[in-house]
Amino acid sequence: MKIGLFIPCFMNELYPDVCVATYKLLKNLNIDIDYPMSQTCCGQPMANSGCSKDIETLAKQFVETFKDYDYIVAPSGSCVAMVKDHYGVFFKDDADYNKVKTSIYEVCEFLHDVIKIDKFDVSFPHKVGLHNSCHGHRMLKLATPSELNIPYDSKLKNLLSLVKDIELVTLQREDECCGFGGTFSVTEEDISIAMGKDRIKDHLDSHAQIITGADMSCLMHMDGIINRNNENIKVMHIVEILAGVEK
Amino acid sequence: MSSKHPLNAKAFVANDERMHWHDKALWFVREKRDITSKTIPEWEQLREYANSIKTHTMANLDKYLVEFEKNAQARGIEVHWAKDAKEHNEIVYNILKENNAKKIVKSKSMLTEECHLNPYLIEKGIEVVDTDLGERIVQLRNEPPSHVVLPAIHLKKQDVSDTFHEHLGTQEGNYDPTYLTRAARASLRENFLNADAGITGVNFAIANTGGFVVCTNEGNADMGANTPKLHIACMGIEKIIPRLEDLSVFTRLLARSATGQAVTAYTSHFHGPVVGGKMHIVIVDNLRSPFLKSEKYQKALNCIRCGACMNTCPIFRRSGGHSYEYVIPGPIGSSLATFRDPKKHKTLSFACTLCGSCSNVCPVKIDLDAQLYNHRQDLTQQGIIDSKKKFMLKSASWLMSHPTLFDLAGKVARKVVPLLPKSMLYTKSNVWGKNRDLPQMPKNSFKELYKKGIEDDK
Repeated sequence: MKIGLFIPCFMNELYPDVCVATYKLLKNLNIDIDYPMSQTCCGQPMANSGCSKDIETLAKQFVETFKDYDYIVAPSGSCVAMVKDHYGVFFKDDADYNKVKTSIYEVCEFLHDVIKIDKFDVSFPHKVGLHNSCHGHRMLKLATPSELNIPYDSKLKNLLSLVKDIELVTLQREDECCGFGGTFSVTEEDISIAMGKDRIKDHLDSHAQIITGADMSCLMHMDGIINRNNENIKVMHIVEILAGVEK
Repeated sequence: MSSKHPLNAKAFVANDERMHWHDKALWFVREKRDITSKTIPEWEQLREYANSIKTHTMANLDKYLVEFEKNAQARGIEVHWAKDAKEHNEIVYNILKENNAKKIVKSKSMLTEECHLNPYLIEKGIEVVDTDLGERIVQLRNEPPSHVVLPAIHLKKQDVSDTFHEHLGTQEGNYDPTYLTRAARASLRENFLNADAGITGVNFAIANTGGFVVCTNEGNADMGANTPKLHIACMGIEKIIPRLEDLSVFTRLLARSATGQAVTAYTSHFHGPVVGGKMHIVIVDNLRSPFLKSEKYQKALNCIRCGACMNTCPIFRRSGGHSYEYVIPGPIGSSLATFRDPKKHKTLSFACTLCGSCSNVCPVKIDLDAQLYNHRQDLTQQGIIDSKKKFMLKSASWLMSHPTLFDLAGKVARKVVPLLPKSMLYTKSNVWGKNRDLPQMPKNSFKELYKKGIEDDK
């Protein structure tokens, strides 16, 4: 089984530590993993801003880069959702894209559904609040959205519960959006900041010491607000906790 | 007036206390909706039924509208057809004129808001009183409703008290909700008793019976339709459902989605005029039929106006309904408005993080977040989005298509940015950095670390 590691563009540039943690987490599970050098960006920022026609080259490049792997794994729910849900317009009945579309996984989803992992040999003795980032949550169905009347499950919580000594706090609004939303964070700056502040406050009110989640973009937005306001809370990508990174 | 959501939102957010009060009031309704919807095990199945019934109806709309007309006429209801708002208003006015009606009581109807019926009739010398309490409050203030179910949710009891003091002569500074409600009721009762005609909206029109249903929580539609001898009901073409049996699916979904109630306090069935009276129904297109031809936005017509998408929308809760500058605000309003007039409403599909909560909460399963995503692509194709933004995104796509150049750009940024003084980093053009710190620049990208060999430093 050969895995292609897909690292979102901004994580490659700004969060190499999280990428390394992802790589090591998979490597330590004896997974044969490879990082193809020709990758750049899935095109989500442009597509969500209305320029999906401009990303055709990127989409074709993505499929070409990853088509031969058994699985494609990425530490970002929204980028995976982008490839799955919005590339269709460029590939009509294309075998390579259909393969990519069905074999791409968010890393937690991969560990939970494909590897079916049942233990992590790590301890994380902190109070943790889980931020369900919208695209991973509702598009990839990493957990049951609070709006639906179906049995509850959360892949992220299931994985975190395998970590020793961790304490998951209960939030008032479990799946409220943090207000990042890609270019929304700039074009609707006032609402974006208000939403981010409210999201952080929910974690603070629940006595969380760490905010975690499966999307670094949401965490980056909240981290920026936390640092500006000197709030006493930190963000960590869920992969760092699962990989045993201490903060 | 052009739509400019970010600016309107800025003004709403600026009053932090009121913004949070608005957010909490709507979230409270959303939570009530969650509780009641979860008492019904077959909830998700009901949504699926509702979606199927509506989709089927829209595909056969001509047939069901004609069936409805025939059956309504057989019940003594006079049926009128209006292609747009102008025709609708003229038809209503002519009916009033023929019957010498000068004083009108009107129950809540988003269609008449859309057609601007009130100002039209008032200009013709007719007195129009909105009788839904929330509608009455905003009417006295000369404001449009800010929500389809909770028209005055943007106002606090102090605002209502001031409005009633000015217009109804209540005590100044008396904020007691019971006192204010009683004052409104006394004033409205006068209006009901002296009205020459009642105008209502329509929640559901049933093709196979020729009757229609109006849902309210205050009984004001019943008062307005039964006290005067003339009842005019106004409906959009999309309000049709095929059979009486189908109604139960919608009445179970509507109130639970809207307010978290099991059913509206009044679900009134109208099947003809009161004894010695007249009943008219005006069926309006007003830019609805183009939706039927559109594959991407067709489902927007399925909306039953419960307002659940507004209550759940984190942007609506924090920016208020007026920020949308369209008769129907929130996620569904953003799609309707953008489809109808993309130039005027170009910021609305971007007033959204694509969180998807609206699509999950929608009782008729409208693909709202997908529609808003599609609108953004269409606006770009039509050349409506800002050319500077388009150029930047096009350049970014080009850069990303050239991995070596992209890597180089990242490398330069990581080297240069940490050397810059704060005053050069946090400039006016750096909107991200206005209220947020920038992430720390790492020494190396992941790609650089990988090339060096991650395993080595393990």
